Amino acid sequence: MIQVRELSKFYGKKAVVEKVNVNIHRGKITSFIGPNGAGKSTLLSMVSRLIDADTGEVLVDENHVHKMKSNEFSKRVSILKQSNFMNVRLTIRELVSFGRFPYSRGKLNSEDLRIVEQAMEYMGLMDMQHDYMDELSGGQRQRAFIAMVIAQDTDYILLDEPLNNLDMKHSVQIMKILRRLVDDLGKTVVIVLHDINFASVYSDRIVALKDGRVVKDGLTEEIINSDALKEIYDMDIPIKRMNNCNICVYFNS
Amino acid sequence: MKKRYLFIALLLLSFLSLFVGVSSIKPMDLLDFGSEETEIFLISRVPRLVAILLAGAGMSIAGLIMQQLSRNKFVSPTTAGTLDATRLGILVSMLLFTNASTIEKMVVAFAFALAGTLLFMQILDRIKFKDAIFIPLVGLMFGNILSSITTFFAYKSNVIQNMSAWLQGDFSMIMKGRYELLYISIPVLIITYLYANRFTVAGMGEDFSKNLGLAYKRIVNIGLILVALVTTTVILTVGMIPFLGLIIPNIVSIFHGDHLKKTLPHTALLGAIFLLVCDILGRILIYPYEISISLMVGVIGSGIFLYLLFRRKAYA
Repeated sequence: MIQVRELSKFYGKKAVVEKVNVNIHRGKITSFIGPNGAGKSTLLSMVSRLIDADTGEVLVDENHVHKMKSNEFSKRVSILKQSNFMNVRLTIRELVSFGRFPYSRGKLNSEDLRIVEQAMEYMGLMDMQHDYMDELSGGQRQRAFIAMVIAQDTDYILLDEPLNNLDMKHSVQIMKILRRLVDDLGKTVVIVLHDINFASVYSDRIVALKDGRVVKDGLTEEIINSDALKEIYDMDIPIKRMNNCNICVYFNS
Repeated sequence: MKKRYLFIALLLLSFLSLFVGVSSIKPMDLLDFGSEETEIFLISRVPRLVAILLAGAGMSIAGLIMQQLSRNKFVSPTTAGTLDATRLGILVSMLLFTNASTIEKMVVAFAFALAGTLLFMQILDRIKFKDAIFIPLVGLMFGNILSSITTFFAYKSNVIQNMSAWLQGDFSMIMKGRYELLYISIPVLIITYLYANRFTVAGMGEDFSKNLGLAYKRIVNIGLILVALVTTTVILTVGMIPFLGLIIPNIVSIFHGDHLKKTLPHTALLGAIFLLVCDILGRILIYPYEISISLMVGVIGSGIFLYLLFRRKAYA
């Protein structure tokens, strides 16, 4: 379990994240939702140590994250940020191999190679493993990054808006993969999402943020209802039940 | 671009380089140890060849590291102000210690090269608009500012003539006893190879590096120290060689990608070959006179640089 205690981050005087308390449960998909500027990405970055919190603490399986060695930390928690920077020419295989960096520092042994192969197999990338990342489509690239995280073999996988710039087909594909990571491999996934319906259909728990504070935190069914959504988004959003999923019809509300 | 072919090309060109020059030396002459030919060979030709190989490989590697760490294909010692900062450092060392020894010059110039490059990286951090072409432009402007400061103080203290020696790269002055500083390139190459994986990871950005548990800032600093070391030694012994650190890593990257462990040997070899070709051409085009290496590299290099720019557009 990841425990976030009284976590705050200020930019100047303005609090971007303010006294946030959240528990992230093992073996679940937890979605962070909320309007723009709610502090979702900042919160995720603090949990993953990419940026330092001003106050409060984060515990991963009872360990204070700042007392963990960075190498140890990177074997437990991985983070994928939006990957629009890809101007480095690496092949998929090379990128996925770097997932083993915390273990091998770049010198892959046979065990590492096996895990890398497995990760690429799992993501259906074997056929294009020698293709360069900068020549791939957005969906393929995102899959390659997720393969790298699988090779990194952390219990916790944090993703910051992984569906950005992906079309419907690839978005669904990525979400299904994340679901499988949790159901088949027992990973814990935390994901920042913009599309409320992806959160509703695929996540076990939802944490809703607004103005740097947690406004809702609970099981998906508890959050996806018109009253709660009104509080989060200031919109009247009807919920329709379709194919056993709760769909928020916000397009004309 | 197989490593084997590059290596063979390098050997052939090296051989050619040893026997091109004003005084004709034939391989057979070397059998006579006492002869004048053998002496010229050992005092001038061999040091020249070694200097070219070390400078070519060193500058290419410096460019490779800078491109990787700044995540921009158009950043190199030429386009990030490193060369200009080094020259400013040489000037300062000449003004401070009137008869500066090579080591004193080296230390001061190194400090300036490092500070200049660090400053450029700081500027890079602050720039929100990270366009691939915009960043080297900023670097060139930054370099020109440093350069005009150098010119101003050099003019004030009457060392303009002296400074221009470091503006033009030139191998014709290389002789035994005047190039040995360049051997620093060898340990730099070895360290770069040992750190190749870390530099590659750092090249994917700070967040990416932290995710994999890499001490990002430390790796960047090590990289910049290596760059400053190579640049300083090359400028102090040969002079400025523009474009080399820019084009060689780019050409290798097109064929072999950006995984340093893979591209490092190619980059070093190709850098040495390119500089050797430029030097041989410079020596035979207006024989018995010589075209300076910075002019040769500048002309050929800027042509290739333009080609890379247009090619990149076709990709994007």
